[in-house]
Amino acid sequence: MNWFWYASPQTFYPLAGRVAPWFGGAALLLALAGLYTGFFVAPTDAQQGEVYRIIYIHVPAAWLSMFIYLVMAVWAALGLAFNTRLSGMMATALAPTGALFTFIALWTGSLWGRPTWGTYWVWDARLTSELVLLFLYFGFIALQAAIDDPRRADRAGALLAIVGAVNIPIIHYSVVWWNTLHQGASVSVTKGASMQSQMLAAMLLMALAFWMYSIAVTLVRVRCIIREREG
Amino acid sequence: MSDYGFYLWGSYAVTFVLLFVEIIFLMKRKREAKA
Repeated sequence: MNWFWYASPQTFYPLAGRVAPWFGGAALLLALAGLYTGFFVAPTDAQQGEVYRIIYIHVPAAWLSMFIYLVMAVWAALGLAFNTRLSGMMATALAPTGALFTFIALWTGSLWGRPTWGTYWVWDARLTSELVLLFLYFGFIALQAAIDDPRRADRAGALLAIVGAVNIPIIHYSVVWWNTLHQGASVSVTKGASMQSQMLAAMLLMALAFWMYSIAVTLVRVRCIIREREG
Repeated sequence: MSDYGFYLWGSYAVTFVLLFVEIIFLMKRKREAKA
């Protein structure tokens, strides 16, 4: 398969249309499996009781908020390096969904913080850097919307996306570098998972569901952008 | 559950409403782009 064939918006458009429904279907099935495992298979937490089940949307949303930003920055960098039209369109298509998952991570974290920490919000490093991520998404969307020429908007947005990517390791390591109210990582590549296996399974299923959802809506949105820009 | 229902269901409700709203807006944009 010649992957460069799909770097053109005209050839990518039909491919995106064909695969988007499959990703949407996978997202639905994975979410149903994740919710069933999370609510009916995974046990009640010994310390937090039932409220811990917020983890099944909070952690996947937080992961996706950072992952989508990195993917957006990579597309933006490819656009600057190779001057490809599709790269800017992909970065533009990813931003609203990334912002949405960032808001969901903040919202669910706030609702989880009140019963467990006694407060909806604290200005600790993890929460503040995640809020900065939301503002970076808003800034990217606003900057692109403010420039009429799409190619110039892509280039301006790309610079912001690339510079803003420095915030991602800050979010990830904030709980290591600073004393925070937020707990450390539940899942680590080097240390494994610090949670019960059924809880972990439900969380990973929901993370996959959110991932598939993000791909599906991004592909549909990039098709809209291709039609709007190139007819 | 009764003590913390607001926090748990408030999280799930807002999440799925927002995802649903995103899909609705996207479908509207798709129709307009095709028109």
